[in-house]
Amino acid sequence: MYVAVKGGDAAISNAHRLLADRRRGDRSVPALHIDQIVEQLALGVDRVMAEGSLYDRELAALAIAQSRGDLIEAVFLVRAYRTTLPRFGYTNPIDTGAMLVERRVSATYKDLPGGQLLGPTFDYTHRLLDPGIAAGSPVDEPEQREAEEGRMPRVSEILAHEGLIEGDGDMPQDHVTGDLTREPLDFPIERDLRLQALARGDEGFLLALGYSTQRGYGRNHPFVGEVRIGEVELELDVPELPFAVPLGRIRVTECQMVTQFKGSAKVPPQFTRGYGLVFGQSERKAMSMSLCDRALRAREFGEDVVAPAQDEEFVISHSDNVQATGFVEHLKLPHYVDFQAELDLIRRMRAEHDARENRFERQEAAE
Amino acid sequence: MTMQSTDIASYNFAYLDEQTKRMIRRAILKGIAIPGYQVPFASREMPMPYGWGTGGVQVTASIIGPDDVLKVIDQGADDTTNAVSIRAFFRKVANVAVTTETASATIIQTRHRIPEYPLQAGQTLVYQVPIPEPLRFLEPRETETRKMHALEEYGLMHVKLYEDIARHGRIATTYAYPVKVEGRYVMDPSPTPKFDNPKMHMSPALQLFGAGREKRIYAIPPFTEVVSLDFEDHPFEVQTFDQPCALCGAENVYLDEVILDDKGGYMFVCSDTDHCEKRQADGHRGYLAPEAMEPAE
Amino acid sequence: MTDEPLLRVNALSKYYGARLGCEDVSFDLWPGEVLAVVGESGSGKTTLLNCLSTRLTPSSGGVSYRMRDGSWRDLYRMSEAERRFLMRTDWGFVHQNPADGLRMTVSAGANVGERLMAVGDRHYGNIRSTAIDWLSRVEIGEDRIDDEPRSFSGGMRQRLQIARNLVTGPRLVFMDEPTGGLDVSVQARLLDLLRGLVTDLGLAAIVVTHDLAVARLLSQRMMVMKDGHVVEAGLTDRVLDDPRAPYTQLLVSSILQV
Repeated sequence: MYVAVKGGDAAISNAHRLLADRRRGDRSVPALHIDQIVEQLALGVDRVMAEGSLYDRELAALAIAQSRGDLIEAVFLVRAYRTTLPRFGYTNPIDTGAMLVERRVSATYKDLPGGQLLGPTFDYTHRLLDPGIAAGSPVDEPEQREAEEGRMPRVSEILAHEGLIEGDGDMPQDHVTGDLTREPLDFPIERDLRLQALARGDEGFLLALGYSTQRGYGRNHPFVGEVRIGEVELELDVPELPFAVPLGRIRVTECQMVTQFKGSAKVPPQFTRGYGLVFGQSERKAMSMSLCDRALRAREFGEDVVAPAQDEEFVISHSDNVQATGFVEHLKLPHYVDFQAELDLIRRMRAEHDARENRFERQEAAE
Repeated sequence: MTMQSTDIASYNFAYLDEQTKRMIRRAILKGIAIPGYQVPFASREMPMPYGWGTGGVQVTASIIGPDDVLKVIDQGADDTTNAVSIRAFFRKVANVAVTTETASATIIQTRHRIPEYPLQAGQTLVYQVPIPEPLRFLEPRETETRKMHALEEYGLMHVKLYEDIARHGRIATTYAYPVKVEGRYVMDPSPTPKFDNPKMHMSPALQLFGAGREKRIYAIPPFTEVVSLDFEDHPFEVQTFDQPCALCGAENVYLDEVILDDKGGYMFVCSDTDHCEKRQADGHRGYLAPEAMEPAE
Repeated sequence: MTDEPLLRVNALSKYYGARLGCEDVSFDLWPGEVLAVVGESGSGKTTLLNCLSTRLTPSSGGVSYRMRDGSWRDLYRMSEAERRFLMRTDWGFVHQNPADGLRMTVSAGANVGERLMAVGDRHYGNIRSTAIDWLSRVEIGEDRIDDEPRSFSGGMRQRLQIARNLVTGPRLVFMDEPTGGLDVSVQARLLDLLRGLVTDLGLAAIVVTHDLAVARLLSQRMMVMKDGHVVEAGLTDRVLDDPRAPYTQLLVSSILQV
């Protein structure tokens, strides 16, 4: 006699209880506070905000705690929350030229207006494990100085004076900036949607693609015109008011990658640009994004699309880690109905094969 | 509209906000108007992973009302974990009545099976779809497959079937078997076994397909012609099983192979658990069935 | 033979921005006639071929085609659906590189059968026997029917591509350097085969080639192109034996006589 196993409900609830226990870990170790994560795992928080496309440190930190430090799971939690939020409006484009800059480096100029500002960077640290951190040694206060007055011009603005670099570019006349979280993508897409997709795309995926362009798969001779990190003001136009309403400040990382272009019959030779903009502090992501952005403009510049990084449908369709992880991991859901169908087919085909072999052998024996 | 609120967050009836539901309903209506055509829609991020039924859940959430009775199956069974999870989700966010009984459900959300009990007019079957594009594995590019659908260029589909026969002596596609809907669009019926394909043809029920990650909705309105692709001399045929269900003795139903021991012993039982239980309650017995059923709870 | 041409080309020009592809090309092509378009690379012959086969849209000028029902249609005014249908039934296109015209990952049989299935043939047995017939006509053994073209030699691939194109009985075939990538001995065999097929089937063809020997063997008429312009046109034997344009004279004298 056979009794089918039941009890999916109980199994799921027990599993989740165990998960909660494992998340908390040893109860004698103090539980993490959300503000500890915000303060001390800030770059992880930034990544979750960027790929979750929701700027909220506390929620991102909560998601990291809840996901036991699995950042893609945390991104997923933030996304699933974000999608339920009502959309009040769209802010005006941020002005990164007016950024309160904490870090700004350019690889194309030795010095430039506003200067090179190293800021809080891992660059030039020697990657030696620091037992002091484990011991909880005190940390010195940083050196500080007053921010300089006025705008810090972007490298693209400097080059633009001579017409040596392309402008910010124009969208077709009646083009309304899209929102890939509100409308389905319809390939081929314009650069606005591409940049949106890249901005929330998986850091590792974009890193690998950006890297591939440097190794010759869609090479475009990049120079970091500038990377800057700092805070920018957000403003919203409200129809009833004659001025834009400031909403607060967010920290972003911007990368302007200056790349080669020889010009064409219509356009004199000038530098082109790849652009990267990411929530929080993430140079790796902003730089990778700008390499991918430039590679994906191949069609626009009449370049041959020969490398993965230049292939819009390939890159954009696979850059979202929430989609990717869901579909890869769904393979562990039961598929036994389909497997049964394959099992049945392979048994029948093997039986036919054996029958053929036997016939053949009998014939041979008879001869 | 019913609101369910807690201290932390409040969600609309059936989770999605009404604007989103309207948008999805428009896509559904368009899908019904053009049977088998994949309608792009602005799929939302759902609180379950992509690939785990987000398309079906969005379709269900958009059509479900407080009076609906919902049944959720995965692999034909009501008690598989993902079915349990989705059912629990709707119980929580829509507070609707749920059932395991095919006949009494108004909406049935499914993954990989069509119930054995013939669906009736007024019922809606919602399929969870992983890859909606039947041409995807022949041509990976959306821009190209869209053109092929628009121009009705489906020769490639038969190339695939031709290759199967040339190689295996038969069409070796056992599930997600492509169909032509109302003589026009070639459609992927989602990864249901081809055994279930004939049930789609002229069904009195409305069939809706939701692919969340791929952002597509399509539909088969009631009483629509659904024909499985084949060759005249290699006609479409469904799987057959050599033995009846070991529990209820049913024949001509889809069976799961259940491993009984580690010595190669197995038996076949109905994949549709509701159907199997109904038959046992009606006194049907297979050779491994318990002697007497316990009274229903 | 009818008293009407199959294809009428009128003042066809194609510019790539300011650069000239081909300019002011006009000619008629008659049923069963093979026209060779000869020139060095950059002469505009491939641009012309791509315009004629609607793979490129010309900048100006027109091409009309006489359909099977006798009606004349402007190729660039046809809908994409009509054009694609024409391309897979009444036309063929033989690429220089067979990999561009074949499905390399499906069997030879399916490569030949695809066009039949695309126009609605639904009988496996018939499709297969037609494929076997066509493979034998291009000298590919029946035992190779289930092999993928990846396992074929360059010459076999090219013959398979030809069979794939001819299976629907097209009236017009475009060929882009059909013997281009092949060894000399293989070239000769392929040309011989092509000449036989074209004659047997009464095909009209436009063959782009830089090889005067190909033009001599296959075509009745030829056009010589240079820098996007037709510098000379006429019967093949006449052009090759008595070239009038200085460029043609140079071209003919610079190769071994065939």
